[in-house]
Amino acid sequence: MRPFKFNSASNVRDAVNAVSKNDSAKFIAGGTNLVDLMKEDVERPTELVDVSRIDLRQIRSEGDSIIIGAMAKNTETANHPLVKMNLPLLSQAIFAGASPQIRNMATNGGNLMQRTRCVYFYDTSMPCNKREKGSGCAAKEGLNRMHAIFGWSDECVAVHPSDMCVALAALDAVVRVEGPDGKEGKAREIGFADFHRLPADDPTRDNTLKHGELITAISIPKNRFARNSYYLKVRDRASYAFALVSVAAAAELDGKKINAVRIALGGVAHKPWRASKAESFLKGNEAVAENFEKAAALELEGAKPLGHNEYKVELAKRAIVRALQKAVR
Amino acid sequence: MPDQFEDLREAEELSEDEERLLDELGITGESRRRFLGQVGVAGFSIFAMQVIAQRQALAAGGTYSEAAADPISLENAVKVVFKVNGEKKTVEVDSRMTLLDTLREKLDLTGSKKGCDHGQCGACTVIADGQRVLSCLTLAATCEGKEVTTIEGLAKGEELHPMQSAFIKYDAFQCGYCTPGQICSAVALIDEAARGDASYVTAVEGGSNTKLSDDDIRERMSGNICRCGAYPNILKAVKEVHKGEETAATWKFHRPDEKAGADKEVADETV
Repeated sequence: MRPFKFNSASNVRDAVNAVSKNDSAKFIAGGTNLVDLMKEDVERPTELVDVSRIDLRQIRSEGDSIIIGAMAKNTETANHPLVKMNLPLLSQAIFAGASPQIRNMATNGGNLMQRTRCVYFYDTSMPCNKREKGSGCAAKEGLNRMHAIFGWSDECVAVHPSDMCVALAALDAVVRVEGPDGKEGKAREIGFADFHRLPADDPTRDNTLKHGELITAISIPKNRFARNSYYLKVRDRASYAFALVSVAAAAELDGKKINAVRIALGGVAHKPWRASKAESFLKGNEAVAENFEKAAALELEGAKPLGHNEYKVELAKRAIVRALQKAVR
Repeated sequence: MPDQFEDLREAEELSEDEERLLDELGITGESRRRFLGQVGVAGFSIFAMQVIAQRQALAAGGTYSEAAADPISLENAVKVVFKVNGEKKTVEVDSRMTLLDTLREKLDLTGSKKGCDHGQCGACTVIADGQRVLSCLTLAATCEGKEVTTIEGLAKGEELHPMQSAFIKYDAFQCGYCTPGQICSAVALIDEAARGDASYVTAVEGGSNTKLSDDDIRERMSGNICRCGAYPNILKAVKEVHKGEETAATWKFHRPDEKAGADKEVADETV
């Protein structure tokens, strides 16, 4: 690991100022991804600012939203009564990810900042446009069984690794950030769909945060999905593995009729993939298997599999159907 | 083809710095020709390059000479005061040092193991402020004020922690390398269940968070990999401590006088 200066910040302003001053400084919270990437020489910050001690751990109800603090750990978030009762989809998604040890360390803000687990991104002897702009993409013609079927570009075919973010995408979460330009205590709000980005011609950028901006909280609008939601994760092992395909499904029913529905997919794109075609087909229709199948087929029409991941197309279709069935049971 | 090498050597020339270095070393005249004949100009150049670069760095001063003068000095030292197994510890570490390396290399607590060093195997699991965490992905610098319990801190003197006894009773290991991490993880699991913490199994399928099913224990122990595959016995050990019910051991060492009878004993399960 390369040498770096270490500082601990006690408030948001100090943290933002410290990182803003140095282009190669980074925030560190749980460190579960960043420390690993630094060991691999993929991340090379010259300075780390520890933000884990900043008082941003609250999980609370605020008007029409539930606010989860950026520094709250994944475990305490998933176990929090407010989250379990009102946002079971989020609890399930958090529990589907990583291991108990990692969830005890990982923060909510950090979960959003996870980088792809594409093996070529991790291997510094291979070309990777995300790690080194312009060096090429080794995955596109390489081993790409784990890679994207939606939204990829010639520059990058990596997928976003988070489960939690798939649920947050389905629940229309809003990310609150504070940065060097903003007023103190005044957060910039980024809709979840605009937080992570597709690779396009610059895969080095996973999201739309500016340097020095710190996630302070995630706000999730209260909803009526608690009764009918389900997070399905399909992976190589029964536990502790990244998703091949995952589905966050939530519905609001009036008898058999679907009043509102949300579907987001993980493991298929550079960001959590909202299945909006499937959603618009299902809205107002009956919650029956036949419609779920049609909706899934409609969504997957847009899929563009790579050399080794064509299986994901059929898998995603079936996973959508299964997740919806579990959600509306 | 020695002739070609001969030509090559003659074609190469020593730089001024290299000439000076040979003079300093007292290699002149006939002995210089002999020396270069043996090591080759290219070979000598590599050696000379290192010496010259080192001299330039020393002349320039700065961190290189400081580091050379005092191998103990740290470039980015962080002082950390924290508790390990109930004892207050003060360490000065390089900012890059992980909690795992601090425990093993600075505090002589080598019970926590370095398996993958990338947060994938769980061998380095310790309990920090009551939560099981991976010490290989925890920077020591972030541990200020924390209370860390390692495998060395579980027993009370000679009296083993119930989880340690259960692991021995059920033969829940083979090589034993993952065992300290397994046990720390399992000890925390018992507390989590007592608190009623959920898991993916209970969150999606329902079921009790305080009385764990076998599948749920497997899910909750999934962050600890055992290459020997002692999982069935690890499950038994964790289950016994979790349920607080004694179950007969499925094996024991026999004494020499028991040998004849040992063949008749039928283990209720074999692995």
